[in-house]
Amino acid sequence: MAQQIFAYIGHNNGQAEDSALELINAAAKIDSTAAVTAIVVGSGIDAVCDAVAKTYKEVWKIDAAALSNPNAEVTRKILVNVLPADCIILIPHDTFGMDLSPGLSVKLDSTFVADVVDIEGNEGGNLKLSRQEYSGMVSAHMECDISQGAAINIRPGSFAPDESQSAGGTVTDKSGDAGDIAESTRRFLEVLEAEAGDVDITKSDVLVSVGRGIEDEDNLEIIHDLAKAMKADVSCSRPIVDAKWLEKSRQVGTSGQTVKPNVYMAMGISGSFQHMGGIKGSPYIVAVNKNSKAPIFQLADVGVEADILEFVPELTEKVEEL
Amino acid sequence: MEILVCVKRVPDTSENEIEINSDGSDIERDDLVYSVNEWDNYAVEEAIQIRDNVGGSVTVVTVGDEEDEEVLRREMAMGADNGILISDDAFEGSDGKGIASILKAEIEKGKYDLIMTGAQADAGAGQVGGMLAAMMDLPYASLVNSIDIIDDKKIKAGREVEGGNQEMNEIDLPCVLSIQTGINEPRYVGIRGIRKVASVEIPVHGASDLGIDASSVGENGAKVKRLDYYLPDLGEGAEMLEGSTDEIVEKMIELLKSKGGIK
Repeated sequence: MAQQIFAYIGHNNGQAEDSALELINAAAKIDSTAAVTAIVVGSGIDAVCDAVAKTYKEVWKIDAAALSNPNAEVTRKILVNVLPADCIILIPHDTFGMDLSPGLSVKLDSTFVADVVDIEGNEGGNLKLSRQEYSGMVSAHMECDISQGAAINIRPGSFAPDESQSAGGTVTDKSGDAGDIAESTRRFLEVLEAEAGDVDITKSDVLVSVGRGIEDEDNLEIIHDLAKAMKADVSCSRPIVDAKWLEKSRQVGTSGQTVKPNVYMAMGISGSFQHMGGIKGSPYIVAVNKNSKAPIFQLADVGVEADILEFVPELTEKVEEL
Repeated sequence: MEILVCVKRVPDTSENEIEINSDGSDIERDDLVYSVNEWDNYAVEEAIQIRDNVGGSVTVVTVGDEEDEEVLRREMAMGADNGILISDDAFEGSDGKGIASILKAEIEKGKYDLIMTGAQADAGAGQVGGMLAAMMDLPYASLVNSIDIIDDKKIKAGREVEGGNQEMNEIDLPCVLSIQTGINEPRYVGIRGIRKVASVEIPVHGASDLGIDASSVGENGAKVKRLDYYLPDLGEGAEMLEGSTDEIVEKMIELLKSKGGIK
């Protein structure tokens, strides 16, 4: 019998995440004939389940008031209780999936694969797929033995969404099989909202964004100068915030702000998927980087292979002359 | 508080362009600059700060070979008290579960209150911490960007979640945490500091020392294997501007004007 495939549905404020539509297409690449079962865990999730049933023929609901807060440890226990042996479960590779899946695979005694961006096919339990390594600078084909089951984390946005909305699926309440759902050794306290900064980069039309290529805090001046000349706002990638050179509210990326400018100037930014995940609305992207192999050059509209420390002042000077 | 930090020596992506070798079997290793994995370095700094506040010791451990010893010394120069090198030919080719089970065997030889890893390393999987915790039945939190020690039984840990928000949790000790960059500002390690620890003895533990069945780890035990490296075709890519700097700047200004970047 073919292995059963499950999709773990992430949801927020009563809505399934976009990845819910993507996981079913990822599952089809493992087994195009499989009936994929969606699993929704949470509190007051009927609307989410009904929405998901438009994409998945079968939806398992695990609903309890105690599940209103995210807790990967509790979710893991539930999944271990409800999942059949040797199954395959697909999970979005987001901050919750990263918390959940490695440990889940241990408890299910199955194979774990992180952050999968493509699946080539499955030959008798030997799954071939693609991942990225070295911050996206190179990709790797992987071969995974999934014959005894697998927990596979799928990068959001990597598979096309199934927007047919035609499954007409049924929701089955599995809450009774969930087992003990009380928090034990790890207890959720609260979510602290990100602090607002002096500039709201999510509203900016033009962003001059700076990355590791700036090398030193003192050099940031050239970025501020260019932004001033272009009447743009300054944003940045993660290493600049890690170094405390700019405030967190200026960070673009999945762990920072989601921006939607018309023009995005990526200055000394390599273009990791976490960074690019924070850029929406298909802006015109200009990349300047001294590393010709930087992934940003695959994603930008126009690129210059140059050291930003030399190039940016030249550009600023000419813009100021206009 | 007895703290163990698992570290890894990796090619330094800020110092190297990572390229694929001619047959795609590996990255080009000639002339690579290696350093301690950036996330691990934040974890060690955090461990040192906790020890300095509440007492105890910091041990750094890596699974590798004699070349990897240098990152242990670097982290000891930073302030870690002890280093352990776990090394055995049988460990080569281990997947994430293999590495986690090797570390588990080492951890069970000691008594640690807090075990830390970096949130991810060169392969970007971010898996060893979570696996290790589950294997040892310890609580776990990933992407940790703040730690407050409440008492010797529990801590308060913040996790970095989407949108720059922070998820706060109370976690019982002992536990495993994977540490996100930016949690602190790792101190600088100078050449003098490295010299100071140059002659400190670092014990080497192999499969038999740890009671590990060699067939369960290494390449034979691995269920996840890399076939090759490749460069993905991500579409057309950027139009690269070439010529003198003046020519490039002029062209870019024209493009920016037409796209609304300069009004």
